[in-house]
Amino acid sequence: MFSYYVRLALSSIRKTPVLSALMVLALGLGIGAFMTTFTVYYLMSGDPIPHKSHMLYAVQLDNWDPNEPPTESARDLEPQVTYQDGQNLIHAQTPAKRQTQIYASNVIVVPDSDEAPFDELVRATYHTFFEMFDVPFKFGGPWTQREDDDHAAIIIIGRELNDRLFDGENSIGRSVQLDDKYLEVVGVIDDWQPTPRFYHVDAGNQFEDTEQIYLPFTWAIDQPLLPSGNTNCWKPPDDSLPLMDAFLQSECVWNQFWAELETPEQAAAYKDYLDNYVRDQKAIGRFERPLNTFISNVREWLEVNQVVTDDNRVLVRLSFLFLLVCVLNTVGLLMAKFLGKGGEVALRRAMGASRGAIFAQNLVEVGVIGVLGGIIGTGFAWLGLQAVEKLYRGYQHLVHLDPVMLTAAIGLATLAAILAGLYPVWRVSRLAPAGLLKTQ
Amino acid sequence: MLKMSNISKVYRTELVETHALRELDLHVEEGEFVAVTGPSGSGKTTFLNIAGLLESPSNGRYELDGEDVSQINDRARSRIRNQKVGFIFQGFNLIPDLNLADNVDVPLRYRGWSATERRRAVGDMLDLVGLGSRQNYLPSQLSGGQQQRVAIARALAGKPRFLLADEPTGNLDSEMADVVMKLLEKVNSEGTTIVMVTHDPDLARRARRNIHVLDGRATDIMDAVSPNVMPLPGRGAARV
Repeated sequence: MFSYYVRLALSSIRKTPVLSALMVLALGLGIGAFMTTFTVYYLMSGDPIPHKSHMLYAVQLDNWDPNEPPTESARDLEPQVTYQDGQNLIHAQTPAKRQTQIYASNVIVVPDSDEAPFDELVRATYHTFFEMFDVPFKFGGPWTQREDDDHAAIIIIGRELNDRLFDGENSIGRSVQLDDKYLEVVGVIDDWQPTPRFYHVDAGNQFEDTEQIYLPFTWAIDQPLLPSGNTNCWKPPDDSLPLMDAFLQSECVWNQFWAELETPEQAAAYKDYLDNYVRDQKAIGRFERPLNTFISNVREWLEVNQVVTDDNRVLVRLSFLFLLVCVLNTVGLLMAKFLGKGGEVALRRAMGASRGAIFAQNLVEVGVIGVLGGIIGTGFAWLGLQAVEKLYRGYQHLVHLDPVMLTAAIGLATLAAILAGLYPVWRVSRLAPAGLLKTQ
Repeated sequence: MLKMSNISKVYRTELVETHALRELDLHVEEGEFVAVTGPSGSGKTTFLNIAGLLESPSNGRYELDGEDVSQINDRARSRIRNQKVGFIFQGFNLIPDLNLADNVDVPLRYRGWSATERRRAVGDMLDLVGLGSRQNYLPSQLSGGQQQRVAIARALAGKPRFLLADEPTGNLDSEMADVVMKLLEKVNSEGTTIVMVTHDPDLARRARRNIHVLDGRATDIMDAVSPNVMPLPGRGAARV
């Protein structure tokens, strides 16, 4: 009977095109608005590395100004660490399976071709970065501990840059010129875009592209490649030193530091290790504030850094209310439509349709309207997301509807339509056929 | 086939109580062709609605095909309507956006027959009423008489044993009315029990038996032998 009901539904929709279009439009608008805000929220709040997010921890150490108010939670602390703390930890025997220290910089890439040199973001890090964050490789692979230790002039590039410089060919062993330096390509990363870009989520750039260049941290410091992005200091670097040296020795925080901790016991041991490390540092005159160290796994880290802002949540709630208004409008339109079908309903009842059969037939019609509303709503959501992309910088990874969201949009529209239709459908199924047959 | 004993139907509102049927007794034998006549408001339509299980009586006992159907639930009433009763209406009541085949198919859909069985039954019935070649026409493409023949095909498609016709020729000219009546007489001659409500004394005379309803009571009985239908043995066993 289901296919028969679908056929009847389509026929009924064709019979009342304006009323049906209004219902589909009302649902579509509601779904479109809700799915636009919810898609942004869903992708913002998604787990960028679900299989490992509980094992990857960002590190925070409270080296800040002793005159500042006390630290009560991880949110009160800077999300980055100093270069020297990062170095101390990365060279120590800690309970972590792996650790990595990272900072961002900029370089000028000089192509072999006639193309003009161009500016490119760089991530300077250790070989562990690629293993910890499960970075996929198209060609080659991560560099090694030895190359970190040797301050090797090597480079890992992203697929897009490889396409640009080497026409997408396997470029392992070839060289890339950065400023006046030549670096050998050891790896080409395949498409990789954790969303949010969890390993560096401050400064409002958590939804930007991953970098196309990765360099050994040790080599980058040697050049030196100056840091770009957020650099915060509670006291000025020593201005008697060259700028990079001053930065390296300062209490400025500009490095991200991550540890891979496989079990809760390992995490507890690592936290103890950090506490002891800070106590040691206090002994030599640093860390003048009360002892505060925090480790936060990926999901906690996104919360700490308020990747999903309260504004996003308010927008989702508002758009849900709008969807409810659209559903209520649809209830009214469905009442008008179904009560106009009294004659046909009475006839079908006379021919042997039970109330249940009439209920099912009209519920299927409501469902079909819901599916159409969902399809239209998906279109509206796509337009809404395009608008988000145009209006807000750095949201380009949030403006696509993935299959889950597409299914959810159509499912939600169908559910909304069925909820809207329950009362009208129940009413029409309870119509007394006798009085309506004479007037049909 | 149909046995109503002491049937009453009262419609109540906050202000008024209307007695549509008052202690009506009626017995229709299997294979009869009964015409029900009476003035407007006499209770003919209420009688037809109760007979067709579209309404329940307020009081009394109604047996259809030996089964007490006075107070059965909606699902059971729907099943009996679907399997045992066919309806023909004055206004044809075809669904305008379904073609003829789909209109005739409506009661069969609720019967649960296979597609093949339904297709065969629809074809046979449309052939019977002389519209087999127009299965894909819409009702609006037919004349009134043709539409009523489709309605008869629909009423007969599920092979009901009991046909209820409410002014089946009321919207037709005399020529078309005669065609429809001949069709009903043919159906009756093949064994289907027919109860027809009509205002037209000429049509009533063509039924084998007349019942006159007045003020909610079946007050008059008149035997009338249809010229082309032979009396059934033992007919007239139960009377008002």
